[in-house]
Amino acid sequence: MKITTARRISQIFFVVLFFWFCVVATMGTEFWRLRGWSVNWFLNLDPLAAIGAALATRTLYRGMVWAVATIVLTIIFGRFFCGWVCPFGAMHQFFGWLGAFGRKISQRIERNKYRKAQSIKYFLLVLFLIMAAFPLWESVSLQTGLLDPIPFVYRSVNLVLIPILDSHTRAVFYSSRQYDGAWFLGTLFLAALFLNIWIPRFYCRFICPLGALLGVLGRFSIWRIGKTKEKSRDCKLCEKSCEGACQPSGKIRISECVLCFNCLHICPDNLIAWQTQESSAGEIINPDIGRRGFILSAVSGLLAVPIIRLAGTLGTNWHHKVIRPPGALAEVEFLKRCLKCGQCMRICPTNVIVPSGIEGGLENLWTPVLNFRSGTSGCQLNCTACGFICPTAAIRPITLSEKLGLGEFSEKGPIRMGTAFVDRSRCLPWSMNTPCIVCQENCPMTPKAIYLEEQYSTVRDGVYEAASADGAAIRVNKAQWKPEQYAAGDYFCEAGGRRARIISNSADTLILEEPLQISAGDRVVIKIHLYAPMVDIARCIGCGICEHECPVSGLRAIRVSAENESRNRNRSLFLKN
Amino acid sequence: MVREAEQNNETISRRRFLIRMAKAGVAVAAAGGLGALLYDPLGPGARKNIAAVSLPDFSIPNLAPKMAIVSGSDRKATAQKALEALGGIGTFIKQGDRVLIKVNAAFATPPILSATTHPDLVGEVITLCLKAGAAEVRVTDNPINDAASCFQLTEIGRAVEKSGGRLYMPKESYFAPASVNGGELIRDWPLLYEPFKGVNKLIGLTPLKDHHRSGASMTLKNWYGLLGGRRNIFHQDIHNIIKELGMMARPTFVILDGTMAMMTNGPTGGAISDLMAANLMIASTDPVAADAFGATVLERKTASLPFIRKAAEAGCGTADYETLKPERLSI
Repeated sequence: MKITTARRISQIFFVVLFFWFCVVATMGTEFWRLRGWSVNWFLNLDPLAAIGAALATRTLYRGMVWAVATIVLTIIFGRFFCGWVCPFGAMHQFFGWLGAFGRKISQRIERNKYRKAQSIKYFLLVLFLIMAAFPLWESVSLQTGLLDPIPFVYRSVNLVLIPILDSHTRAVFYSSRQYDGAWFLGTLFLAALFLNIWIPRFYCRFICPLGALLGVLGRFSIWRIGKTKEKSRDCKLCEKSCEGACQPSGKIRISECVLCFNCLHICPDNLIAWQTQESSAGEIINPDIGRRGFILSAVSGLLAVPIIRLAGTLGTNWHHKVIRPPGALAEVEFLKRCLKCGQCMRICPTNVIVPSGIEGGLENLWTPVLNFRSGTSGCQLNCTACGFICPTAAIRPITLSEKLGLGEFSEKGPIRMGTAFVDRSRCLPWSMNTPCIVCQENCPMTPKAIYLEEQYSTVRDGVYEAASADGAAIRVNKAQWKPEQYAAGDYFCEAGGRRARIISNSADTLILEEPLQISAGDRVVIKIHLYAPMVDIARCIGCGICEHECPVSGLRAIRVSAENESRNRNRSLFLKN
Repeated sequence: MVREAEQNNETISRRRFLIRMAKAGVAVAAAGGLGALLYDPLGPGARKNIAAVSLPDFSIPNLAPKMAIVSGSDRKATAQKALEALGGIGTFIKQGDRVLIKVNAAFATPPILSATTHPDLVGEVITLCLKAGAAEVRVTDNPINDAASCFQLTEIGRAVEKSGGRLYMPKESYFAPASVNGGELIRDWPLLYEPFKGVNKLIGLTPLKDHHRSGASMTLKNWYGLLGGRRNIFHQDIHNIIKELGMMARPTFVILDGTMAMMTNGPTGGAISDLMAANLMIASTDPVAADAFGATVLERKTASLPFIRKAAEAGCGTADYETLKPERLSI
């Protein structure tokens, strides 16, 4: 078997595995749904995520230790990950292959020549790693996930591709998924793929900071591609399908080579080999960035986070809509870990976790926030899925006891994500004399965090003068009611300090459940029996089920915001913590 | 500066000119034709009434209403005995019947909290139907919480699987606009209709629960879970919507499970202290009678539950359950 065939099999295998992981990360009863599949495996293998998080937190969390294997293999072999494993790389390669159709060999060689712009990815790498590594005024931020191809492909496939492909089949999701800002994720995904038609592996060559990292790590690789004779006929056929644009025909750029091996068999004189010797034509080991470029990138990285945080989004100007999933770390710690991979948004059974925009600060882009308007319900009381899937513990895995404040956690109480606030100007009972209490009924807490104030409120034009009374039937003057207008069971007649339920009415006569002592000329008032919802901040955890269910469907009459969340004590509403 | 076009002295051939004229003619005709075809002088009018579906009557014709109340704590045994007292499952389910069971799976909570239909009851009724010769037993609900979580945590999903039923998870495509004859609220409203296709028997399995807005959540209110859309708006007129639900769904029979009755904090509950071991299983062909009896278990007056009177007046059954001479048994 040719080594390129082996490489293709490997790529297909890993792409299929990746898609399988994306599909099975669904809760449900079918056999193929989430059953201990290692759905984070590609994220675990990702050294950029691991090194970034390790720089920011000085730890390597759980499965991220897999990245050490990638690093070791890269030191020995070079960028095999890009050419053999990376599912996003394989997709780029496929689209690049499509783009080669109908092009002459000379054009293909031209497409695969080395370009100066390939150094951009190293600038980005330095920028991101410095942002994650060096606290300048306490400002550290893990932003590798913006361009790291593994989180990129996870969130693109999980949050855009599958929801679209599944919209009519409903094989993966029972109901349609909603993700705020999906248009942006989709645009970037399509752009990254379609640019390959113009230049193959566009993203890998110019942008990918993971590729840059692996290029640097692979500088000591034991086996490498190279020419066995310096002089050749210079046909450049070896560059016809060169994935890395690493110029194997001349001085090969080791940091660009993705080990696609396309140059190996195509050489008519058999002058290219994978060998321990360096290329007879010479090698270029260092990325093409130079000392000045490095320093400029590093200084930018050092200043970027403090500049972004001048907005005050971690201080008093924090955004109330940044409601994090249960178990999310305090904001400063959270931003050291979140990869923006979207796994929490993918696994959330209710689809209530969505990617953030930049309203809570530029750093917040694509981090998880709860939007109670989307999805099938609020955050489910008995669910802790997001903390278990999070590859970096930006959302900590919590037990149900901890989430609900049971057992050893009873002192601390349940984990609060925020608090529900009743908007009395929009609430049906508070402002429109209309019974409702959907929020209170659906509150999952015990006792409920929403309690009720009982009211008997006079209906519009509800004061009359009794004309006559015959037992439970009361006729009033000057009434022109619609028949059964007050028969819903919620209306009461009040007279002489007593009250009785109205069970029926005609144009001017009320039929009551029990008679009231009324004589002609008495004041008769029609009241509606209401319960008005109030929130007990000591009990509300901000799960948002009330907001999701509120029948005022535009701007909800009860809304959760992040005040009083457990994870940031300075946002508390409690006098004692 | 505009350069003058050079004079082209070549004359076009007649043949080429005619071909070009013909192509232009076809293009002009196509443009004009399409314009005429698509011309809409009025624009979209007001929303038209969609042909709405409605549910047939699933009750057994010419069968006098019956009710049985069995006390005991073992749901399988009490349910079995209650159905025997109604004349046996064979009275209701015949060879080849296709049965739909509407459970209450509204919340993603474990069975022990009794906020949802108990999986033992679901499994037992499915088994009985299949033994009686049912060709298919379907189970459905459109829960309030996330559907997948609900069917998993309530363990109803597993009970259905184990006993050979078929679970219909609600999907958007399963809903059809429905109207209730004589109804004012349920008009052209999304109904979980797909599971009803081809079905000739309907069973309601309901836990007996407190409910803040309506007073009690029992067999009539159980049909709420067949509605889709933003059904919460009906809470503004809760008693009339429950009445219309009773008019909409005429079941073969219902079972009201009062083994562990939720006395407070309904309909979600959440604590064992909300429950009372009433140890009662009520089977009835008349859901209004079942609810009227259920109200007494919850220690509520029928008068405080206007939906019972309304449903009775609408012809859904009788609130005076004693007229059914319910059989009272125990295990």
